[in-house]
Amino acid sequence: MITSNPTLRRIAARFVGHSIRLFARFTTAVRADWKGIEPVQRQRVYFANHVSNGDMPMIWSVLPPALRRQTRPVAAADYWLKTPLRAFIGPEVFNCVLIDRRPEVDDKPMDKIIAAIDEGASLIIFPEGNRNMGDDPLLPFKAGLYNIGRLRPDVDLVPTWVANLNHIMPKGEVVPLPLICTVTFGTPIHVGPGEDKDAFLDRAAQALLETRPEDRV
Amino acid sequence: MSTTGELILLTLGAFGVLIVMTVIGDAARLRMPQGRTSVMVETYMTRVQSWWAMVILLSLALLLGVAGVSLLFAVAGFAALREFLTLTTKSRADHWALALGFFVVLPLQFIFVGFGWAGLFTVFVPVYAFLLLPVISALRGNSDRFLMRVAETQWGLMIAVYCLSHVPALMTLNIDGYGGREVLLIAFLVIVVQAGDLVDLYFGRRFGRRKIAPGISPKTVEGVLAGLAAAVAIGAVLNWITPFGLWGAIGMAAAASTSGMAGNIVFAAIKRDRGVRDWSHLIPGQGGLIDQLDSVIFAAPIFYHLSHLVWT
Repeated sequence: MITSNPTLRRIAARFVGHSIRLFARFTTAVRADWKGIEPVQRQRVYFANHVSNGDMPMIWSVLPPALRRQTRPVAAADYWLKTPLRAFIGPEVFNCVLIDRRPEVDDKPMDKIIAAIDEGASLIIFPEGNRNMGDDPLLPFKAGLYNIGRLRPDVDLVPTWVANLNHIMPKGEVVPLPLICTVTFGTPIHVGPGEDKDAFLDRAAQALLETRPEDRV
Repeated sequence: MSTTGELILLTLGAFGVLIVMTVIGDAARLRMPQGRTSVMVETYMTRVQSWWAMVILLSLALLLGVAGVSLLFAVAGFAALREFLTLTTKSRADHWALALGFFVVLPLQFIFVGFGWAGLFTVFVPVYAFLLLPVISALRGNSDRFLMRVAETQWGLMIAVYCLSHVPALMTLNIDGYGGREVLLIAFLVIVVQAGDLVDLYFGRRFGRRKIAPGISPKTVEGVLAGLAAAVAIGAVLNWITPFGLWGAIGMAAAASTSGMAGNIVFAAIKRDRGVRDWSHLIPGQGGLIDQLDSVIFAAPIFYHLSHLVWT
């Protein structure tokens, strides 16, 4: 079923991408709130909260086309290479930067991320590393965000809050609920001169929490 | 004149009003100094554009008949339910109950209306959905804030599905001597209620002094009375499209407009409670769908019931 003809695959990828965006719009009326930045072409790393597999497609869907083409989500290779369909959607529709989470592999994730930045890409990353299933709004951040900010200090690190997906698509459910999803982009942060890892990651988590719209319930 | 002819006449009338409003807005734009824009004028023009879209959609649906109107209001109900349930209390245990609400209860209700099965669509949500959905939530075994969760979900279904479905349901009434022109009741209801709202909004903003529900709604006694008077006047003028006669049309317009304004106040209280200004950002310049339809949502079941009680 899945063809190896590159032109056909590219057409299919565009079509699937359109369908995903239409579906996201129709079910969740997903909308971007540009609170701290303008939707203009600048190299950015969008770092977001992670509660559901729907987070990344939501952020990707609300980016204007020119920005979306420039933006690559950083995602787990073990998830996206599991089936031929995922191996098509992850790398070809979303243009993911795939990283290997297995501890025994010494392929360095940070090298791939930095290489993507040096090619001019913006990135979407989830610094919590895993989906957050608990009651706390955020899990502790992994070091990756700090390392990106230290190695490429010119890139804007944009806190990005995806609201409501814990209700729309909780882990383990198959049917998504059509509730309204809002993606809020906050004010960019950078690693300060001489700032250490823990202080920066605390500050980043704080910036992400401040991006969150007022709690309604 | 045929029903279609009357509908086309009403549509052209609405277009005429919108053209005048568009011209007024454009004239205000022209009066602005070169290169400047006024926030008030631009907001007004965004609203007028949204009205154009709504009038065109509703007219097309009315011309298509009961299937078209049911479909249009099913889509509106979906958007309204989405806005409502986004703000309600819920937990993971409610996932299936909420999914049933969206994907089973809502379509079934509008299908029952489309086929005119009044025995079903008048009891389906308040009896069957009311009793069944809490069971599904309870089976998942989470009692935390249970009553809040099921009560708020049921409120959402009553508002966005049950009440709203009474707009297309008007077409299924069988009024003696009306000759199958029931679709005109929808036009009458929507025109009277929305016109009353508009007059209340602008008159109240200018001349309103005494607040009706301080701390909840900006509505004033003066605005509401002016809106009601406008609704009654328009109802009287439009009595030729109704089966009610002059005094009946005046009474029905008053009942619809009053319940519509009551709905407006109730929805303002809910928004206050949840700390939001608008229900969503769906309609440019007007906020969410519920912001636009709140008065029609409250007026529709009452208008349906009174028509049924007195004229069938």
